[in-house]
Amino acid sequence: MSTVKKTNGTGEKPVKAPKTAVAAALNADSTTSGNIPAEDLRDDNNDQAPGVRRRDFIHIATVSFAGVGAAAVAMPIISQMSASADVRALASIDYDTSEIDPGMAVKISWRKQPVFIRNLTPAEIEAANKVDVGALRDPQTLADRTKPGKENWLITLGVCTHLGCVPLGAAAGEVKGEYGGYFCPCHGSHYDTAARIRKGPAPTNLVVPEFAFISDTVVKIG
Amino acid sequence: MSFPWAQEYKPQGTVSKWVDERLPLPRLVYNAVGAGYPVPRNLNYFWNFGVLAGVALVIQIVTGIVLAMHYYASIDGAFNSVEHIMRDVNAGWFLRYAHMNGASFFFIVVYIHIFRGLFYGSYKAPREMIWLLGVTIFLLMMATAFMGYVLPWGQMSFWGAQVITGFFSAIPLVGEPLRQWLLGGFAPDQAALNRFFSLHYLMPFVIAGVIILHIWALHIPGSSNPTGVSIKGEQDTVPFHPYYTAKDGFGLGIFLIFFVAVTFFAPNMLGHPDNYIPANPLSTPAHIVPEWYFLPFYAILKAFTVDFGIPFTGIIIVPAKLMGVLAMFGSILLLFFLPWLDTSPVRSGHYRPLFRKFFWFGLIPSLIVLTYCGGKPPYTQWVVLSQIAAAYYFAHFLIILPIVSRIERPLPLPNSITEAVTGKPLETAAA
Repeated sequence: MSTVKKTNGTGEKPVKAPKTAVAAALNADSTTSGNIPAEDLRDDNNDQAPGVRRRDFIHIATVSFAGVGAAAVAMPIISQMSASADVRALASIDYDTSEIDPGMAVKISWRKQPVFIRNLTPAEIEAANKVDVGALRDPQTLADRTKPGKENWLITLGVCTHLGCVPLGAAAGEVKGEYGGYFCPCHGSHYDTAARIRKGPAPTNLVVPEFAFISDTVVKIG
Repeated sequence: MSFPWAQEYKPQGTVSKWVDERLPLPRLVYNAVGAGYPVPRNLNYFWNFGVLAGVALVIQIVTGIVLAMHYYASIDGAFNSVEHIMRDVNAGWFLRYAHMNGASFFFIVVYIHIFRGLFYGSYKAPREMIWLLGVTIFLLMMATAFMGYVLPWGQMSFWGAQVITGFFSAIPLVGEPLRQWLLGGFAPDQAALNRFFSLHYLMPFVIAGVIILHIWALHIPGSSNPTGVSIKGEQDTVPFHPYYTAKDGFGLGIFLIFFVAVTFFAPNMLGHPDNYIPANPLSTPAHIVPEWYFLPFYAILKAFTVDFGIPFTGIIIVPAKLMGVLAMFGSILLLFFLPWLDTSPVRSGHYRPLFRKFFWFGLIPSLIVLTYCGGKPPYTQWVVLSQIAAAYYFAHFLIILPIVSRIERPLPLPNSITEAVTGKPLETAAA
């Protein structure tokens, strides 16, 4: 890039005589600095194999040590970005389902996402079981999506598998779609009474989160 | 500089001599964007857009730093702090509108800058490194813009973050843990907002650093020009200052007229009304759309609707969602390979009749169609249109350009820039 020409001090003061040994060393020209003979700065031992120097070990050890140190420091810097303890503490929730009558559903928030808990009526269960599973886009039976003995409790994420909208059909009075389950108003995905995709662009059924009944009425999600 | 006839910096005063001997920063500026940088004499107005992009970055950094003095990165407070800036902070409405539209104008000038490079073959040897650094800047800009859009924590902010981070969950095995690591939770929340603010503040300075490398790399071969013919002598060039400082200054004036016109009279023209609704994780907007500058890539993402697998067996090798994500990232990463895909030695599209046809009637329409379809809901007709346009986009770079480079018969090139401009041959004796 730019070349600064060495000027011999139009603006520089004349160099004064050094007062101390330190000043002498600072002002000395680099070619004559120090009193160590050049051959003492080399450490090549003639009795070693050619190309291998004793100092290689020091170099490798130093770089390795620094590398391990850097990796150790990187660990907290990377892991601080993972979910913190307070976020993880809310990763699973308990919900008492005793208030939900057959035919009703609730929308609750789990991991900042909506979850639908639906108490299916016998007619809805029958409708879900009548479907030819093999003909479905995402073949699953109602039993696959519920717990044994609790087939009436359909618990799914309220997140459309198409582009993540929240489908309608959980609250009273909302459109339930052509198959009586859920209907996503964004791009017209219809889900049936087992929350399986039946019509529209969504690729898969509404996701069933990990859940378990920890008592007769209380369900633990997550 | 690289040309022997470049003017040398000669400090006049005592102070400037003193500084030059100790830190030759004025010399660096003189040689970079001053009279010490010889530039082809025939640059047209498309060559303004690099400087304009630099100005746009400065506008973003200045308005961004003052906005950060009033913004509050909290899921409860972020939306209100932006409204506080709009209503209460002195001149806050202007600063925010300038920052908001400044992002759009940054992309406008950068897109024109990129198309200038694509048409005039600015990515070709010996300027590949400038191009690679430029694509890097573009990627950094996209990341910065995305994170900035999340900060007001409106509905589009939240759902945009949900959709964009959702791309990572398409990656097999590590996708979902990776997404949760990026977000610091299971969905966009306080942790995500805070880190996006931190990174949104950092990234412009990273961009500024890469821009310095971009300009450094530019100064090694010097600027290209509309003929694509290399500089052959002093007559082919003029000093950057005053010739192009004046021309860039004029272009800057025009740019600022458009910029302030939109900022003052149509500040929300390029935005989405949904982002004036506070984020609600339990209710999605009816139609999630990114900002306009991401629409072509969003259209490519949505164009992949069918799983890639072995027919009739039901075995899926690459699911549609992953295909879309790979194609979207691939559409940008592919630009890194452009200098080696287009092997024609002729740089300028002016002298490449076949290339020029594919450029104007292929690449540009396909990107317009993708931009248009990206903003449309994913109904069949838009999806089919984006599939056609996306197929052309990839074919243009991966198939058409390599073939055109081989079979094309370029038009005769002028012997020199001077000859192209004046019609008289370059006086080689002077050089």
